[in-house]
Formats: sequence, C-alpha cells, structure tokens
Amino acid sequence: MLDTLKLRIYQGKQYIKDIKNATVKEKFRGFPIIESDTIDETICPLGAISNNPAAVDMGKCTFCGCCARNTKAVKFTNFYKLASTSREKLIITEGMNEKDFYKSAIEVNKEIKKIFGHSLKLRQVSAGGCNGCEMELNACSNVNFDMGRFGIDFMASPRHADGLVITGPISENMAFALEDCYKSTPDPKIVILTGACAISGGIFQNSQKLNREFISKHKIDLYIPGCPVHPLTFINALLDYLGI
Amino acid sequence: MNWLINDNNKCESIFDIPVLSINDLRQEIIQMKKRVVGFFGKQENDNVHLFVVLADDSEGKLYVSSAIFPPEIKEYESLTQELPSFHMFEREFYEEFNIKPLNHPWLKSVRNHKNKYEFFEMKGDEIHQVAVGPIHAGVIEPGHFRFMCCGEKIYELEIQLGWQSKGVEQLFLTSHSNRLAESVCGDSVVAYNIAYSNLVESLSGCEITNKAQLIRLIALEMERCAIHIGDLGAIAGDIAYLMGASIFGATRTLVINTMLEISGSRFARGLIETGGVNYDIDLALSDKIVSVLDKVSNDVERTVKTMLKSPTVASRLEKTGIVSKETAIEMGFTGMTARASGVNLDTRFDYPDKWYKDIENRSTKADGDVYSRTRLRYKEIKQSIYIIKKFLKELEKYSTEPLRVHCPNKMKPDSFVVSMTEGWRGEVVHIAITDTNGKFSRYKIKDASFNNWYALALAVRNNGISDFPLCNKSFNLSYCGNDL
Ligand code: SF4
Ligand code: SF4
Repeated sequence: MLDTLKLRIYQGKQYIKDIKNATVKEKFRGFPIIESDTIDETICPLGAISNNPAAVDMGKCTFCGCCARNTKAVKFTNFYKLASTSREKLIITEGMNEKDFYKSAIEVNKEIKKIFGHSLKLRQVSAGGCNGCEMELNACSNVNFDMGRFGIDFMASPRHADGLVITGPISENMAFALEDCYKSTPDPKIVILTGACAISGGIFQNSQKLNREFISKHKIDLYIPGCPVHPLTFINALLDYLGI
Repeated sequence: MNWLINDNNKCESIFDIPVLSINDLRQEIIQMKKRVVGFFGKQENDNVHLFVVLADDSEGKLYVSSAIFPPEIKEYESLTQELPSFHMFEREFYEEFNIKPLNHPWLKSVRNHKNKYEFFEMKGDEIHQVAVGPIHAGVIEPGHFRFMCCGEKIYELEIQLGWQSKGVEQLFLTSHSNRLAESVCGDSVVAYNIAYSNLVESLSGCEITNKAQLIRLIALEMERCAIHIGDLGAIAGDIAYLMGASIFGATRTLVINTMLEISGSRFARGLIETGGVNYDIDLALSDKIVSVLDKVSNDVERTVKTMLKSPTVASRLEKTGIVSKETAIEMGFTGMTARASGVNLDTRFDYPDKWYKDIENRSTKADGDVYSRTRLRYKEIKQSIYIIKKFLKELEKYSTEPLRVHCPNKMKPDSFVVSMTEGWRGEVVHIAITDTNGKFSRYKIKDASFNNWYALALAVRNNGISDFPLCNKSFNLSYCGNDL
C-alpha cells in the first residue's frame, strides 16, 4: 500500500494544462507551406499535390514528408490545428499561412454549440482503419491529453452518442455496420471524418474493396487531417468546433 | 530435392523452386514436421500455383516448394486434418482460389464473407449465445466474436474477422511504396516497413549502410517497447487497476514522443525508405533517447513491481486464459503468444542478422496465462531498452556513413523472396514473386495474428466471460494485419 502511494505521489500530475497552446516538437509535420508556383506532382504517392495553382490537399496528405525532403516547394510547420468544417478548405495553396487558414477553417455552428458545448459523447467507428488513428484517439483520453475534462468522451453504444467519429477508408465489409451505427445514433448528430483514409481514402484510395457511399450520402460536419491524427489536432478541432 | 532451402531475405530464382504434384507435396509437408509461414496461391494463366514456405527455426532456414493445380483439379485432401496449424492457411487458399481442401474441419470465409457467415452453435437449455461486433464497445478495430456460454462461463468462442479487408496485397501489385507498407498495420509501422524494405532491397541488390540498419532496428525496438508499455496499461485498465493504466499510458507517451523527435511522427512514419532511412540520430539526440529510456525503464519497473505485488492483481492474472505449450506448438502460434506459452520463437534470434547475433536471449518461465503474457511484455520492454542502448552506442561508429544509398529502381525478374521481421506481436512475413519484367506478380503478407487469433479463442474456454477483455488485451492481436 505504501509503495502504491509513493508511486502515485512520484508520478504527480501529468496533464497538459493548456491544450489550446501546447506546442509539439519542431520535427512534427503539420500545416504545409507552399513556397513555389509549381510542385512536382509525381513525388506524392497519395496524389495530394496538384498544380495551377500549386496546392497540397490535407485531406489526402499523409504528412509523410516526401515532398519536403525532395523539393523546396513544400515545407512543413509544426502547426497542428489542421481541421476544417469544409472539405475545400483543406486544400492549401501557395502563399497561404497557418494563421490565415486557422482563422476561417472552422465555422462554429451556434446551435451545435448550444446543444453539445458542455457535453459531447462520441461513438467511434473504425471502418478499415490501420489502427493508427484508433491508437491516437485512445491517446486523447489518457492522462496527458485528458479530453474528458472538456466533457468529450467516447461511448460504448451509438445510442448514447451525439455523433460518429469515423476512421479508415470504409471497407466494403464495414459499409453496412457503419450505416447501421449512424441510424442508431439519435438526432441531432454530427459526423466527423478523422484521418486521410476517412477523408479521401488516403493510401487506400485505389482499392477495389472500398464502399464510400456513406460519405456522399450524409452531411459531414468536421474533417480532421492526419495520418494518424495527432491527439492535439483532434481535441483542438472539437474545442474549436464547439466554440469552447 | 523436393525443397529449395533458403535464407531470410535471400532472393532466389523462381525456377529453382521444385514443382510437385499436390499429393506428393502434401506428403512432403507432413513428413517435414516444420512450421508453416507461407501457404498461398498464385494465378498463372489457367493454373493455380500453390507455394509453401516452411520454417526450421532451430537451424534458421526456410524450405520452399510448390504444386500446380490445372483448371480441372478443384480439390485435394486437406492438410489441416494432419496438421491443425494449416487451418487458416487452407481457408484462405480456398477463399481466394476456390480449390477445396477436403475434410477441412471448418471451411469458411476468412475475409470475403460480405456479412454472411456461419458459426459453430451449441444447443442446450442452459446454453446462451453472446454476439459482439463487428463494432466493439471501445475505440478499436472491428471483428465479430460469438460466445457460447453456460451461465457466465465461456464454452466456446468463435472469431470471425474480415471487416477491415481492403485488398492490400492487390495494392502492392499496382502501387507499392514504403507509405503503403507502413499503413498495412498501423501499430507495427516499423516492422512492416522493414519487412517490405528488406524485401525490395534484396530484389534490387541494394546494400544499405550500417547506420541505416541500426536506425531501423532502434525504431523497431522502440515500437516494441511503446506497445508493450501501452498494453500493460490496457491490461491494468481491464482489471480496474487504474493507477497502472494511467502511469503506463503516460510512460508510453514518452517513448512515442521520442520517436517523433527522430522521425516527425509518433509512430515513425516516414522514417524508413528503401535504400536506408530518412532521418538521422546524432549524438545529442542519442543522449536524449538514452535519458528518456532510463526514466521509462525505471518507471515501468517500479510500476510493474508494485502492480504485481498486489494480491488482487495477481488473482485476476494468474491462471486466466491459459494456452498450453503443446497447443501453441500444434496450432502454430508464433511470436509473443508462443513465447508466453514456453515456445521460444523469435525471428530476431532464430534468423539473426549481424546485429542480433551477439545479443543474449534468455527465456523466462512461461505458463501460457495472462500473467505470463504480462511478465513477458515486461521482460521484453527491458530487453528492448537494453538493445536500443547497445545499438545507439554502435551507431556512433558509423556517424559518417550516409543515411540512404541509391536503390536501383529495377527488381530482379522471376524471383522469389521471403522477408521476416520480428514485430512486437511476432513474425511479420512478406513474400514476393516477380514476373519477367521484375514487377511484383504476387505479394503475400502474413501477420503473427493470422496464426494467433485462434490462441485467443482457445484461451477463453472455461473462463468467465467477464475475463474476455482481459484475455484479449493480453494478446492484443491485429485485425487489419489479419484482414489485409
Ligand atoms: S507529405 Fe503529403 S503532399 Fe507531401 S508527399 Fe507526403 S502525402 Fe504527398
Ligand atoms: S489515416 Fe493513416 S493512420 Fe489513419 S487509418 Fe488511415 S493509414 Fe491509418
């Protein structure tokens, strides 16, 4: 017993006090800055790079850093607040910086804020994900990130949830279960796409075994880029979306 | 010779692989009494070419042979009747090529069930079924578990997977890359990327630098260390030892944040590239890693000791979810699952490269229960930290070497290579065959989970259903590594 108490005291408090202003290490590949009017598209195995105008689509990008290592046209900052309520806004073009992006990336919906601002319960569905995004979502609830302090938690049942968090490119076999889960979630509800796979199919976009009907059929409320999504990206996306 | 004897990561001509009749091949496999690591088909015009790779772990050699099924032959006598460890391999082969292994005890879909599948049913007044999934209660990947219970006791568990299936092997044929390799199974990014890179380098005759080799292995051991710590937390969480869950969770963060300092990603995505690695570990970073690992080692040791001393913890872990040594051998379980049952399989030491050759690997007492799997993880965390420090020291000698060498874009035509890497769960096996143009014509992946899911099904028999999550976490098997 004494050992237990000593250990507890030794560990102290480890939560990140100011989640909104926490910094991640320099090397983290976050918001991309485009420094040239053309980028060699062939560098990107994901098809995330396009030209006229030169752009990187954060909805496709896995932040692998390949482009930054091989050209001077793209540079990654460690800015991690990458989410947006609009799919189009994830496409970053030449001259954009993280501050401009962040200012308009998330539109707070007053009604959502009123209903879910103090408590947001989410049901996570892994639909073909690689377990990378899933591990980071689990990390959101650990003692460091402690998402629960904002009233945001993952639920065991969709019937207790206010929204879905989808990871993975949506494999054919998961399409039915995902749709079912959506139907089981009471209204009003929100849908959040987490990670390159969920947003665009990511590295699996050319697979013949996907069924992404869900995405075109339902309204998507929030897009959170990453591969996997960093816990700070995820938590801040929700805080900004809820206007907290 | 009926077998081609090969080494790990050694590329051989496809024409040197013997082709037998299926009956002869079957007899050969039964007589060899070796462990199966590959059993898969390949379409060749109208024929189906079946390849078999058996492992002799004590001598560190791989035995390869094959048989051809012309279109009129649509069945053969199953191997599973004689060698139960083939059960998943034969189901997979049947599903992909529609060639039926006769008298297979439970021939059903591995992945392509389209939500329709049979399951074993027990009948009786007192028997009830519990169906879980595909979507589970937590933030985890999907799969379906069907329990046959009497009261709270589990008689039988059947695990049906396939929901994560996204045709990964097919994608390797059309557009393979390090990025694809590291996304197959996102909790084993490094192991999968090393397996793929070694394979491609072997096929293109590319020798990477000592420096690059060491950085890869440091990352591999950090991955092992991080997951084991995280899983100790998950095990603690499942027995409501919440202090353990919190501390291990926070300690794991230290390790993966150090990976971020090396590679820009908490899971070392983007670190490994064919031809070498993309990021260096200089002296300053090396010192930093050592100091983080010292703290990690100390915290893990202190927490594990405190936790295991508690009688309430021991009573939940001991004699829960037992897999016996005999079962582990018979069913062909591998990696951590096998080691916790006293079967010492570890590709790092069974097929050692020059770095692992001199590392002593002592086995520990193993009873095959949750307690043993918990102890084993603790042992492997300590061992990984020891290895990382040793490799970091070694790395200093090669500071002037380049990170990456040019890897020719062309792979050898008509070749066959098996690449095995010991991920934290066990062996990650990648096998490739190239065509006359040096392009992949078959890419086969086998995760340790493909063998080991059945260990979980056996482990929970006669346990209370409330111990299922605990048993499950003690193995922590991969869904996507199985479903591909
Ligand atoms: S970092 Fe993004 S844009 Fe650049 S190569 Fe990788 S996936 Fe493509
Ligand atoms: S986005 Fe990346 S980490 Fe997330 S599920 Fe897809 S491949 Fe895995």
